[in-house]
Amino acid sequence: MALIEFTNRGIYCKQGNFHIDPWHPVDYAVTTHGHADHVKWGNKNYLCHELTKPILKQRYALEDNVETLPYNKEIDINGVKLSLFPAGHVIGSSQIRLEYKGEICVVSGDYKVEYDGISTAFEPVKCHTFVSESTFGLPIYTWQAQQLIFDQIISWITDNNLKGKTSILVAYSLGKAQRLIKNLAGHYPIYVHNSIANLNEGFAGAGVQLPETIRITPEIKKDELQKGIVIIPPALADGRWVKNLQQPAIGVCSGWMAVRAGRRWRSADAGFALSDHADWPGLLEAIKATEAEKVFVTHGSTAVFAKYLNEIGISAEEVTTKYGAEDDDIIGESTENPVKEEIQ
Amino acid sequence: MKRFSQLIQELELSNKTNDKIAALVSYFNEADDRDKPYVIAMFTGKKPKRPVNTSLIKQWAIELSSIPEWLFAESYSSVGDLSETIALVLPPAERNVDKPLHQWINELAQLNGKDDESKKDYILETWNSLNTQERFIFNKLISGNFRIGVSNKMLVNAIAKQSDEDSSKIMHSIMGKWQPDEITYLGLIEGAHVNTDNSWPYPFCLAYALETEPENLGDTTEWQAEWKWDGIRGQIVKRNDELFIWSRGEELVTDQFPELHFLKDELPNGVVLDGEILSIKDGKVQSFSTLQQRLNRKTINKSQLNDAPIGFFTYDILEYNGEDIRQEPLEKRRSILENVISGLVTKNIALLSPVINFKSWEQLATIRETAREINSEGIMLKKLSSTFHTGRKRGDWWKWKINPFTVDTVMIYAQKGSGRRANFFTDYTFAVRDGDKLITIAKAYSGLTDKEIKEVNSFVNKNAIEKFGPVRTVKPELVFEIAFEGIAESKRHKAGLALRFPRIARWRKDKKADEINTLDDLRQLLASTL
Repeated sequence: MALIEFTNRGIYCKQGNFHIDPWHPVDYAVTTHGHADHVKWGNKNYLCHELTKPILKQRYALEDNVETLPYNKEIDINGVKLSLFPAGHVIGSSQIRLEYKGEICVVSGDYKVEYDGISTAFEPVKCHTFVSESTFGLPIYTWQAQQLIFDQIISWITDNNLKGKTSILVAYSLGKAQRLIKNLAGHYPIYVHNSIANLNEGFAGAGVQLPETIRITPEIKKDELQKGIVIIPPALADGRWVKNLQQPAIGVCSGWMAVRAGRRWRSADAGFALSDHADWPGLLEAIKATEAEKVFVTHGSTAVFAKYLNEIGISAEEVTTKYGAEDDDIIGESTENPVKEEIQ
Repeated sequence: MKRFSQLIQELELSNKTNDKIAALVSYFNEADDRDKPYVIAMFTGKKPKRPVNTSLIKQWAIELSSIPEWLFAESYSSVGDLSETIALVLPPAERNVDKPLHQWINELAQLNGKDDESKKDYILETWNSLNTQERFIFNKLISGNFRIGVSNKMLVNAIAKQSDEDSSKIMHSIMGKWQPDEITYLGLIEGAHVNTDNSWPYPFCLAYALETEPENLGDTTEWQAEWKWDGIRGQIVKRNDELFIWSRGEELVTDQFPELHFLKDELPNGVVLDGEILSIKDGKVQSFSTLQQRLNRKTINKSQLNDAPIGFFTYDILEYNGEDIRQEPLEKRRSILENVISGLVTKNIALLSPVINFKSWEQLATIRETAREINSEGIMLKKLSSTFHTGRKRGDWWKWKINPFTVDTVMIYAQKGSGRRANFFTDYTFAVRDGDKLITIAKAYSGLTDKEIKEVNSFVNKNAIEKFGPVRTVKPELVFEIAFEGIAESKRHKAGLALRFPRIARWRKDKKADEINTLDDLRQLLASTL
């Protein structure tokens, strides 16, 4: 009997009687990471990595009913052995490894294989069944090494700085923002939007060391912002606050920026193809490393990716889920997120 | 090529004309002089002979990236551009080579006539020495087709700014006959190959849309009413025995309309006419779709000349006896114009755009309702005392258009966008009812708000019936009101007719699929406009 099934509430493990990243309320939700399409409010109990806990507290005011685990520590739930392995997607993101009577299944949530300097590096886990995302599951997506991208971002900012423009980087407040802060620190002062500053405080409380940033308040003068780096979530990119800054130049950091149509779609001045998801070679590498006999492809280019896996001899099946709304969401993170992401 | 690659990136990242012009100006300031004529040729659509055909290029890219053909096709449908798809799927380059743009173009030209093997060696070698963006540009160079939102006018304005020359002179020069390998940038600016003194047009006088009732314009006797024609606004310049036809886009289109060349012999020198280029058959203005067969063609065949003969409806005269008369009142200009046109020997090709006689605004409103019967878009109101302004000025000229046609349709297909929109259904196909069947009538790219797109998207996800690659057949349930400007017979469309400029007017959440229009409704409309 299979260890997981796909129900209308989410991924369900019958033997252990718990769900993984359910999109409707359940009794026991094992959570891969803190993005809004993977955690919903209203479950009775949550289990997540210890660094995901501050995110659930910050965004959903969840605390008492959240259990945590470190990576690589096995627990037993109704006879199913459960452990977490780093997914490398954002801080705290985990692949959920389940083992029952010798059968191993790994639900990877969202992942990337490149180490980003802030999220614990992705670790391949051998298993029989692997559940994979496929957000960038087309061969057109091959990321550059992140250092090259950060070099481009820094030279873009330097150029803006000289021209009197304000550099605004658009990045999800959970994940991309911390990755930028960590890797861009030391050049210019970094100013961050409330939603990012709040998460950073939560992380600091959990012992994650992040470089110093300044929370944006109405008191900060526009010419100070012009000389620094401003990081805001996507929902604010088209807003009035940005338009009122000194010559705003908007740089969007997202994997979609790899394609010209993606760069044009957003009214950005620059697009940097920096993604927290695996690229095409990354997805293939990760899946091959699991040596899985069966792969379920959840969100992204599911049909194409599953078809390709089958052609190269890896048995794969497309599954419909409600994940993927985060990166894809044209309205921005805030629609899925009960925490208001507006300045003032 | 690095500088050119930077220019392309800058042009693509902005949708503001000023930014694009600034990017072009700094390119023309900084780039290798030998590259510039090639860039101008490329942006104005002067295509060199294509050295390698598309299917070979595609085949080599598939081979090199070792992906199956269907996966290449999926990638292409997500990217939406073949040159870019190839640039993205190829394995990373092993080296980086930088050559000036003109050298790449000349090397490509030399591939003509060589065998496929040598072409392949050269292309593969080049792919392996360029980064993704440079590869994309190189692939565009092979196709010779580089459309990136730079209009001729924008390019000309940038060159004019960079060289501090008059823009209509530059336009005349670059629209002339020249080859990028035979001319220098300076030569192009100076227009050594053409005589630019004779050609310059005047800026067009434009009208605002009338937003109030015409009664507010005052006394009817102060106004001249004309039909508003749906063609190409143009200026005809005759000076020193040379004839030039300019379009509203301030492009020289003289060669496209041989029917008007008789004016070279019949118009007096020192005359500039303002009017509308239209297809006119037996004195009747044809629909825009007829005219369209004649637009942007390098060569014109006999049947096109027969099916869509060109005429010119004159509105105004801006220069007479070599003198600029734009400051004279319209009333006076009109009488000079009437004289000039009546002096033409060849009749019925260059005509006076008729003035509408009316006594009251109500009467004019009634006349306006008949506009569609003569393929007019409505009425133009011009103050009899008005000068010919430069550009748009509020008060003297108004366009009083008839409302667009609308039809209620149901969405039957949805297609995903490309790039970042690749995960959203943003392109929809709409149908009307034909008996118990639904028949496709228009395709429109969104026009909805982000919120509505999300809503439609989730509907499509839940109600998809079949899928063909990126296309989904959906349950015919969502009703949209489509606005359009005209309707024409079409053999290419299953419905036998095609809508002009269809767009989503609004989402009719209040209507059900059985309340939409029928094909017969549209056929009747077509019959009434013929």
